[in-house]
Amino acid sequence: MNNTTIDNKNERRITLKVYRENRGQDSGSHHDTFEVPYKKWTTVLDALLYVKSYMDPSVAIRYSCRMASCGSCGMKINGVPKLACYTKISELETSTVECEPLPNFPIIRDLVTDFSRFFNHHKSMQPYIQTNDSTEADNSKGTFSFYQSPEDVDKYLQFSYCIKCGLCYSACPTVGTDLNFPGPQALAQQYRYFADTRDESKKRLDIVDDRHGIWRCHFAGSCSKVCPKGVDPALGIQLLRSYMLGISKNDKIPAKKIEINDDNNNNGKI
Amino acid sequence: MKEIERPTRNNLEGIGGWLNPSRYGWERISYWFQRLTGVFLLVYFIGHVYETSTIVNGQNAWESFLELTQTLWGHLFLIMVIGASTFHSANGIRLIFTHAGIGLGTPGRPDYPYNPASLNYRQKSGIWIALILAAAAMFYGFNVLFGV
Repeated sequence: MNNTTIDNKNERRITLKVYRENRGQDSGSHHDTFEVPYKKWTTVLDALLYVKSYMDPSVAIRYSCRMASCGSCGMKINGVPKLACYTKISELETSTVECEPLPNFPIIRDLVTDFSRFFNHHKSMQPYIQTNDSTEADNSKGTFSFYQSPEDVDKYLQFSYCIKCGLCYSACPTVGTDLNFPGPQALAQQYRYFADTRDESKKRLDIVDDRHGIWRCHFAGSCSKVCPKGVDPALGIQLLRSYMLGISKNDKIPAKKIEINDDNNNNGKI
Repeated sequence: MKEIERPTRNNLEGIGGWLNPSRYGWERISYWFQRLTGVFLLVYFIGHVYETSTIVNGQNAWESFLELTQTLWGHLFLIMVIGASTFHSANGIRLIFTHAGIGLGTPGRPDYPYNPASLNYRQKSGIWIALILAAAAMFYGFNVLFGV
């Protein structure tokens, strides 16, 4: 491939091996190799954008925030699912960096994959607060908030940090052999809402109680290993299963509803 | 414009994804070993049921079949059975606890570098104990069968 002249002779170079395939054209797959300059702080995404800018603009990648917040640039880097924007080349300590599309996601083109199935599993978990109190959704009767202690919040907070990057889904060995398995992301989100004291749904455990559901998780722990946000999906799944097995008792006390007055005269009192 | 093809099984890792467990740490290695030993023990149990059923053909048939286990390869196979059953049982006990959420820690507020609570040394040590027990059982079986 093309080589770009680098003025600074001390600048280090890395061999970037990029998976290429266009499912729309049935042209087969191959790897393209690029020699890319890098510095201590250069990320894999920076290197790929360098390739797009100066060597081959046709390389397809998906990215947005460049700061591990949007979860768009997930890909398999040297065999392990990682966020390209969160992976520094200097920390990989290899002379070649191989970028491939996330496994277990259908390939659209090059490093871009289709997240439809992943998001469908997420939606099937009903990932929203469900309450039996109709006044909660009725603004004409005032605005309400729900009191939660810091301990109540700690039970689900880390699971709410999920950015839906798909790395856990990609690393899971069960997803790799069972397309009907919801995957670690969806199951951990089920626990996130199950543990939330504002949620009153009685059907959450029934949704995952299926032969392709939570029982298919065998605690390989790969999901938690690759998660870039510390969500620890494996923990959420096992905690949810402990409720299903009757080991843990659901002693959730529903969150207390507080009316918020327009003149804000409650002074934060409950 | 040609419509983009999206076959459902496109890019699935499949069982091939199990074959390189070292990428994801000890829990993934344990996952792979648990499956491998499970399939191996299933093969053994089928063979074992067939072996014991030969008794219905008389004592000579039973003893001639039993001689298969008295060969070098028969002994090595039995040592593998000892190791597989020990690891599968010990690691299985660890998994019973972890599947029930025991020994995994509690949820908290994640801080960089985000070390997952569930992949702690408390449950990880169960994998190492299972491997050590399997190695010790195989060593003992080797001594008994080969009389070293």
